[in-house]
Amino acid sequence: MSCQQTRELIHGYLDGELDLMKSIEIEKHLADCHTCTQTYKGMRSLQSIVAGSALRFEPPSNLERRLRSALRRESKPETKSLLFRWRWALSAALLLAVVITSWAIAAIVSRQSTDDVVAQEIVSSHVRSLMADHLTDVPSSDRHTVKPWFNGKLDFSPAVKDLSQQGFSLHGGRLDYIGNRPVAALVYQRREHSINLFVWPSTQAQAMSEKASERQGYNLIRWSNGGMTYWAVSDLNLAELQQFVQLIRES
Amino acid sequence: MSEEPRLAEQSKVVRFEEIALPHLSAAYNLARWLLHNEHDAEDLVQEAFMRAFKSFSGYYGGNSRAWVLTIVRNTCYTWLQKNRVLDLAEPIEDKLDELELDFADPETLLLQNRDTQMLRQALQDLPVEFREVMVLREMEGFSYKEIANVVDVPLGTVMSRLARGRKRLQTLLANRMGKEASIELSTNA
Repeated sequence: MSCQQTRELIHGYLDGELDLMKSIEIEKHLADCHTCTQTYKGMRSLQSIVAGSALRFEPPSNLERRLRSALRRESKPETKSLLFRWRWALSAALLLAVVITSWAIAAIVSRQSTDDVVAQEIVSSHVRSLMADHLTDVPSSDRHTVKPWFNGKLDFSPAVKDLSQQGFSLHGGRLDYIGNRPVAALVYQRREHSINLFVWPSTQAQAMSEKASERQGYNLIRWSNGGMTYWAVSDLNLAELQQFVQLIRES
Repeated sequence: MSEEPRLAEQSKVVRFEEIALPHLSAAYNLARWLLHNEHDAEDLVQEAFMRAFKSFSGYYGGNSRAWVLTIVRNTCYTWLQKNRVLDLAEPIEDKLDELELDFADPETLLLQNRDTQMLRQALQDLPVEFREVMVLREMEGFSYKEIANVVDVPLGTVMSRLARGRKRLQTLLANRMGKEASIELSTNA
């Protein structure tokens, strides 16, 4: 092997990367060639100095910990896909919400239509009571006469209030029929205007605030409290009818 | 929904850590030698490990050390190129011409074992192509094949870069020492 070839391969020899045949050839050449031997020894010396000089940089002690926590953060796109993983529960909840909403809307609509039907019955009953001269079954301004009269005719006992001091005189009571049930009708008089106050037990537990409406020129005010439903109807103006309702509710 | 994806993800982290973290020290050393700066080295090692983790599903065994160091090296080179500090002062022609110069004259190279700082500086001044093969070979004990893998060059190129790197290092050291030190390069080391 020539010096030229040896110089090319001497590093492979130094690093133990040559095959056996090449290594033997190098060794033969080195045994004969002083110059190449010096080269080789110089390289070997340099290598051991570099390797033995603590030239490595050691990572800072917290780098591994930083890496571990970064890896755990990195592997948490799970939180991103949480929405994805819960998509069935989510769509079920959404569907349920839609069902509940439409049921509620339907309930409101049907209650409105029930109210409509009742309001129509109230007005008809009011008009009938005026036309047929059948305003009262028990004509009395004494609430102690009117209230007991309902006993045995109804399955409830309506409160009867005397509001003559406030300009709404009690005229009497009447048995009427609204929404497929017997109800109490209390008749009050304001100047020339008759007021029919219909009372029956509520089908719904919760109280309803006052709601005014108008139908065929009559004013109606509906509310419920204390487990009873009330409808006041009259050709009286709305302001005075509201005043009447306030008095009924207060006293 | 089952917990399987989460468990799989967790065991993936654990497996990755078992395979990659043992090479953290070599990874940091290479990055530090390539970048000259400890903060950049830390950041880029972390970035490299994150990259490695993302491509972990594409790792089918084999030399994990070469795999990790390849990613570390590529990450560092990308950063060096982006920051225009890639110190390719001259085109690297991977041939052995330089070795025609006889560098082994014991009178020209005088080296003190204890002068680590000077040695470190001389290594730092080597062009990056030589520096990286020196680091991988002399400090990490990588085989030519592993180096070829990491640096992505043929085996013969690894050997010629090592030869030229060593030669340059000797020259640099000789220049630095000048005539002031006169400890003869030990020929019986």
